[in-house]
Amino acid sequence: MSLANLTPSPGFEKWLPIEYRDLVENGPYFRDKKPKVSDMGKFKEIVEEHPMCAGCAMTLFIRLVFIGLPSPEHTVIVGTAGCGRLAISQGSIPFIYGNYGDTNATASGLKRGLDVRFPNQFKDVLVMAGDGGLIDIGFQHLMHGWFRQEKFTTILLDNEVYGNTGGQESGMTRQGQILKMAPRGKKTGKIDAMGLAKVSEVDYIARIAPTNPARVARTVRRAVLVAREIGSSYIQAYTSCNIEYAIPTPDVMQDAFDVEKDRYGFEEIISDRAKEFLAEVEKKEKKDKK
Amino acid sequence: MNKPVDFQKRELKGYSNVQIGEKSKYKDTQTYTDPSFLFNEAEATPAFMTGSEVIREAIKRANIDLSVAYPITPQSEAAALIGELYAEGYMGDYFRGENEFGVMSQCAGAAFGGARVFTTTAGPGTLRAFENFPMWSGARLPIQVCVTMRGVNSPLSIQPDTMEAYFLLETGMLVWHAETAQDLFDWILKGYIVAEMPDVHLPIAVCCDGFFVTHTKDTVVLPDEKYCLPPYDPYRSPVPCMDMECPPVRMMRDPFVMKSNYISYMTQASWQLEVRAAIERSRKHTKALIGDLIECENTDNEIVMIASGTAVSQSREAIRLLGLEGINVGLIKIKTLRPFPHEEITEALKNAKKIFVPEFNVAGWLAREIRAVIPNNERVVCGPHVAGGMTMPSEVIADEIKKAMGMKVSGMTARG
Repeated sequence: MSLANLTPSPGFEKWLPIEYRDLVENGPYFRDKKPKVSDMGKFKEIVEEHPMCAGCAMTLFIRLVFIGLPSPEHTVIVGTAGCGRLAISQGSIPFIYGNYGDTNATASGLKRGLDVRFPNQFKDVLVMAGDGGLIDIGFQHLMHGWFRQEKFTTILLDNEVYGNTGGQESGMTRQGQILKMAPRGKKTGKIDAMGLAKVSEVDYIARIAPTNPARVARTVRRAVLVAREIGSSYIQAYTSCNIEYAIPTPDVMQDAFDVEKDRYGFEEIISDRAKEFLAEVEKKEKKDKK
Repeated sequence: MNKPVDFQKRELKGYSNVQIGEKSKYKDTQTYTDPSFLFNEAEATPAFMTGSEVIREAIKRANIDLSVAYPITPQSEAAALIGELYAEGYMGDYFRGENEFGVMSQCAGAAFGGARVFTTTAGPGTLRAFENFPMWSGARLPIQVCVTMRGVNSPLSIQPDTMEAYFLLETGMLVWHAETAQDLFDWILKGYIVAEMPDVHLPIAVCCDGFFVTHTKDTVVLPDEKYCLPPYDPYRSPVPCMDMECPPVRMMRDPFVMKSNYISYMTQASWQLEVRAAIERSRKHTKALIGDLIECENTDNEIVMIASGTAVSQSREAIRLLGLEGINVGLIKIKTLRPFPHEEITEALKNAKKIFVPEFNVAGWLAREIRAVIPNNERVVCGPHVAGGMTMPSEVIADEIKKAMGMKVSGMTARG
């Protein structure tokens, strides 16, 4: 998709819903001045309406991802079963849903197919899926995508549970948690996906909780740019499930702060070549700002 | 139903995204060639080669964008030979996936991105990949998979067995079953033309019997390798690539999966029906390219054999043996399993008193398919069939027919 596809033909603007016009005129699609996270509420976001539970931290995180995308009009998102897809598919960005746990295999083929088809236009491919989709059923494809250094971004929406199917224990659930399918408490610990990304030599790795919106957007932007130019990138985001973990809605953000402080502190692991690349990009941006 | 189309005069239009005669974007020694010319008029020479090499020769001329490979007998050689084509510059990308589920998902990704995609698989690989096939159909991705069929059972078997074709029948894919290396070569190329038609636009499985076709040498007539098909044009898709407002993706945006109401059921049901209607619409293109969906020999006889794949070759030899004893038997070769040529079969079998269905699988699924569509189906004898990679000598088929006629038989099969 491109902004041209979204832009209504002259004369038709007035017949379109005001939200649509607002998205085209004031949305975060590529333009000279992209709206910032701090402008939230003042511009039409790519995802606003969604069927997620009240107070869902994952939804906040997904909205921030969409704001952080450097070129939404040249982005394709790949997802799989899970809560996330219910919000992601509400955005006006192409979204592919294939099979259970196939995201990173599909993204590998998609990225290569797009490269063959559009040799002169970069296309960003972004996987956004849950801990079950990526760490359990899609694990082999996650790992092999990294081993092959496929140039797309993977965002793991880590709510530490199968939320969409009703609260079953996942590989990312912490030891001792009592959940469905772990009725005596999970026997083993949370899988160290950050460590796996590191040994797989993923070029940009970040762990984050949605406590600092600007930082989420910046992290997404960095991950996508690294995937565009350098190699694989991975973001692991704490996106609590307030239903299955019984977090009262008003306390969802407090929980994010607490978990961040306890075990989900912001961390970036960046390869030398990605560091060099990001330094150059960000230096140029600063210069352009001035 | 489809309107009658004059297949003889039907022209296949070159694609509009390139000029016919233009140099290939991958291999500058090849030019985009009108499919009708490539199939009917291009200078062609016979070659003697294995089925795996035949797959390579077809893909050399198929102008694919991308192929994903994974080793499994008996398709490994073909998959590796396609890799050699990649090394020679015949396609945009090629790599080994991590398993067949991954491979078929990677093929889906590339097809979603608008690429012409080819892959091969076999037996357990087909089953491992299976979740993808109905998804490909529903998402209307015209991917081609060449299935070199082998056993799927425990204890492990790598031998020829056609059980996996049975499983493929209700995936919403086009399923063709090649008998010979020449079928395989022609149908891989022609399969793309049919699968990519806007009113079809479905994945296609071009199946052949493992080893019997892949690992034996046969004479194949090949058009000159300076010709290749015009590229796939993703803008001819009836479902815009990854468009959020059209089925099937619209279903994801306003997720019918989450709703239990008439509209959601109706949406799902009608889309599945549409996929099956698209299979039926493929008939007219298929007939224009590979002729009638069945091939009949002497079907006015009271005894008729009907088969697909190499079981047809075995039946043909059995008919010769029976002829020596004065028993006349007709033969029907089924080329396409989906679309299933039910009307053609019913018509061709109208005079048959006894119908034999030789098959290389334990289930006898082709016999069931035929029984399901013809009148007076007690005429159908489910067999002879062999399984697990056993050969089906022509004598076995001939004896089965003689036994059914109450005649004395000699040899192994006489022991019962």
